[in-house]
Amino acid sequence: MAAVRLDLGDDERVRRRDGSAVLRMTEVEAADLVLDPSDPVTGERADERMILNMGPAHPSTHGVLRLLLEMEGETVLRSKPIIGYLHTGMEKTGENLTFLQGPTNVTRMDYASPLFSELVFALATEQLLGIEVPERATWIRMLMCELNRVASHLLFQATNGMDLGAVSMMIYGWREREEVLRFFEKVTGLRMNHNYIRPGGVAADLSDGWQDDVRHLLDIIPPRLDEYEVLLNDQPIFRARLQGVGVLAPAEALALSATGPILRATGYDWDLRRDEPYLAYDRVDFDVVVGTCGDAFDRFAVRLEEIRQSLHIVEQILDLLPDGDYRTQDKKVTPPPRARIDESMEALIHHFKIFTEGFHVPEGEVYAAVESPRGELGCYLVSDGGPKPYRMHIRGPSFANLQTLPHLMHGRLVADAVAVISSVDPIMGEVDR
Amino acid sequence: MSETDVATEAHEDAPVASTALFGQAVLYPDRGAYLATVESLRDEGYCTATDLTVVDYLTHPGRSGLPGGVQPERFEVVVGLFDHARRERVRLRIQVPADDPTVPSLFDLFPGTEAMEREAWDLFGVSFEGHPDHSRILLPEDWVGHPLRKDEGIGAIPVQFKSASDRR
Repeated sequence: MAAVRLDLGDDERVRRRDGSAVLRMTEVEAADLVLDPSDPVTGERADERMILNMGPAHPSTHGVLRLLLEMEGETVLRSKPIIGYLHTGMEKTGENLTFLQGPTNVTRMDYASPLFSELVFALATEQLLGIEVPERATWIRMLMCELNRVASHLLFQATNGMDLGAVSMMIYGWREREEVLRFFEKVTGLRMNHNYIRPGGVAADLSDGWQDDVRHLLDIIPPRLDEYEVLLNDQPIFRARLQGVGVLAPAEALALSATGPILRATGYDWDLRRDEPYLAYDRVDFDVVVGTCGDAFDRFAVRLEEIRQSLHIVEQILDLLPDGDYRTQDKKVTPPPRARIDESMEALIHHFKIFTEGFHVPEGEVYAAVESPRGELGCYLVSDGGPKPYRMHIRGPSFANLQTLPHLMHGRLVADAVAVISSVDPIMGEVDR
Repeated sequence: MSETDVATEAHEDAPVASTALFGQAVLYPDRGAYLATVESLRDEGYCTATDLTVVDYLTHPGRSGLPGGVQPERFEVVVGLFDHARRERVRLRIQVPADDPTVPSLFDLFPGTEAMEREAWDLFGVSFEGHPDHSRILLPEDWVGHPLRKDEGIGAIPVQFKSASDRR
């Protein structure tokens, strides 16, 4: 792997130990490391070297991320993200839910962009089933996912601002996100954890007057993004906190399996929506936003511009969304309509079977991937021919992206750690699953 | 340099079994050829490892779809590689026997697999030789067992705060 770039020059701290950015030891070993007086490295300046524990309940660690930081004075040498505080065994749970119940489980992984987890699970299941989804369902999925990307990036703007001391930004970001969530509530019934995108289509058609609601969002959000720019981009303190902090090179990002805005901020032009088109992304026009130097400011700016691009896609969907069915009429996965149940015994049995036993999915294994707001979100499904997945694995983008943290913080001040964690934008529900 | 040559040769001499399911290329190298296969794929342009996970086929041993010559084993390590230039993915499925669940680590080729291999060890008990930090990642360090194995039941482990329900 390419060496980690440091702007400490030939400071001797860089050459200490093995020069690696990652602290690969347990908590107990880390404590012994500092206390050991016979250690040739810590011996001389043992009073300045320490292991600092940050989190898991630190306000800027976005949930329950915990970090072990090896510090010398205020400089972070090596560090180790410690995760698992939110681990609830969702992959195991997924093996015990039917394919129809699956989305209720995966939607709780990345709680800031739940529709993407549902989408990737549905896409994988549909590939195994070999069913086609109606055009309208595909476009509804795209509309909802792009709005979810807007909501997720607005949440990032809010928390990123708060972490850096722009507390008013937190209020503004949440305010705009709430407008999007209000639309979600109208369509799906819930603000989060929608269980809306299901194998075979979506749970319900768009609500009446959805065009007006979406146009309202398109009207109010762009001017407020301009306000953010005045508030954040034009603010010298905000820029100083981010520019040149947590620099990552494209080769390092690729080596560390980082994806999404982190990879794009390094200047690497890569977006699954364009480069491996799914849904109908090859029929809408949008730009892939890339940064130039891969620092925390680029990661912030890429996400801000991605909101505009997503709104641009939503605008096109308003005109292009076709009429038709919102779910497949394949009787294997779709229950009969409510009216049929009253008049047909077979329809009642059919309905009962789908919701108790579930539909059987042919044997096989498949990997589906989508571009979530945090990067490549993948779902690896193995079916043994039964109604439940034999194995359901989610490739969480935050889980892989977190590996960049030690490299981003290496050699920087501990105050920058907050900016760096924030710019990686991990969602711990998806990291720990 | 000589190592790379040997690896490429080994790859060419014994062609790795492959299939294409749902248009997705899958390779089935055996454990011995695993590292060499991944290395030659990396040199071909597969620039990033997107995913690494394990499947426990304990209760579904007779899976279909395996090409001839591949001996099914209990565990399967599944690795996803992505060639950005050609926009091609490839998936590797490596058979790992239950009595010796060990495969070489990909850390030297793709450092991004570090956390994924730790997760695979944590949840499935498959070890990765040469991994720089071979420890649990999601579960506590003193945890016993590997919960995503098929012989680990659900609800078999008492949970904390379980007495809360008594007062209802």
